[in-house]
Amino acid sequence: MKIAVSATAPHLDAALDPRLGRCQYFLIVDTESMEFEAIENPAITAPGGAGIQAAQLIAEKGAEAVITGGCGPNAYQVLSAAGIPVFVGASGSAREAIESYKRGELQPTPQASTGPGAGMRGGMGGGMGGGRGGMGGGRRR
Amino acid sequence: MILSVASGKGGTGKTLVATSLALSLQGQGAVQLLDCDVEEPNAHILLRPQIDSSRPVTVPVPAVDNEKCTYCGLCSEACAYNAIAVAGRTVLVFRELCHGCGACSYVCPAGAISEEPRQVGVVERGRVGTMRFAQGRLNVGEAMAGPVIRAVKRLADPAATVISDAPPGTSCPVVETIRGSDFCLLVTEPTPFGLSDLTIAVEVSREINVPCGVVINRDGPGDESVERYCAQEAIPVLMRIPFDRRIAEAYCRGETLAAAMPSWQQAFRELFDRVRGLAAVGSVS
Repeated sequence: MKIAVSATAPHLDAALDPRLGRCQYFLIVDTESMEFEAIENPAITAPGGAGIQAAQLIAEKGAEAVITGGCGPNAYQVLSAAGIPVFVGASGSAREAIESYKRGELQPTPQASTGPGAGMRGGMGGGMGGGRGGMGGGRRR
Repeated sequence: MILSVASGKGGTGKTLVATSLALSLQGQGAVQLLDCDVEEPNAHILLRPQIDSSRPVTVPVPAVDNEKCTYCGLCSEACAYNAIAVAGRTVLVFRELCHGCGACSYVCPAGAISEEPRQVGVVERGRVGTMRFAQGRLNVGEAMAGPVIRAVKRLADPAATVISDAPPGTSCPVVETIRGSDFCLLVTEPTPFGLSDLTIAVEVSREINVPCGVVINRDGPGDESVERYCAQEAIPVLMRIPFDRRIAEAYCRGETLAAAMPSWQQAFRELFDRVRGLAAVGSVS
């Protein structure tokens, strides 16, 4: 069975990336042989809709499940349309996450686990908000 | 003549300058004020216009005919905003991400995509005495101000002196407002914050070839850095509005500077004369 895992580096001992749409890499892992393909996430620099783009890529790669930290509503909608269950709240390395999946310790989420654009905060491409008026400076997007 | 009023930093006095300038020019030919800060229009609070008409602003979004769709995915590849996704035998349209560019329906080989209007805001037209007034309002929760700003700008009368009040910042809505103006007044304050955001606003106006000049508001306290920057960059400082408690009090009562302290009207008319001269030079060079 092929599983997509969001990871911070292109190997199985890399830490799981808590973001889905804006993770660094996707590892498409064969759970029997533990052979994998690492894909740099093209959506990481998307101005918007990163989760949607990432979810489509995962579906195209033929993954049958996704393991990640958190999944927003748009990505969740695409994945559920493609019939791909999402396992959220995983941590540790990508290998550890897959092992706990295999032991049946992870449950598929019945809904999105974060708000839209959650992967934007604090990291790359941030700065959606910003104050307005007074001392805080203008809105910027 | 279209004159936009922008700032970079928020809260520097754009609306104070735009409204008082427009009011001071009344009686010198047709004047029109456009409030292009469609996310939070506020010129109406000071001007109390009589609104005569309101029209919806729509963006065309894709509607997919599932009978014709072959799920080839070309629409999704063509979309720069990830607003349309093909997952298995489902096409998902994320309407709030759609910019209405039409690429998806253009590339669809099956002719399965048509466009339907989605309302994102309204434009309102009215009057303040003899002055014409228009403003846009973006619906709450919408992210894209551009279509509403463009709808407001389409109401500009080529025969009138048009004053466009821009949103704060230097992002897309500001660019959309300033683009096509004959001149841009940048209102700033003499502080490090004011200078930092003024610098970005100047870069924006240069990038889109709109000549600019500076109005320093709350002049007095603060530092000399804005003056130094303007001298260095050869940007004219066209007006200084002092840090004066009486101006702040009038503004807090919802009064324009031109109405509360009528002696300022002459200063605003002189400001406009200088702008007109500079805009003429700008369009030649």
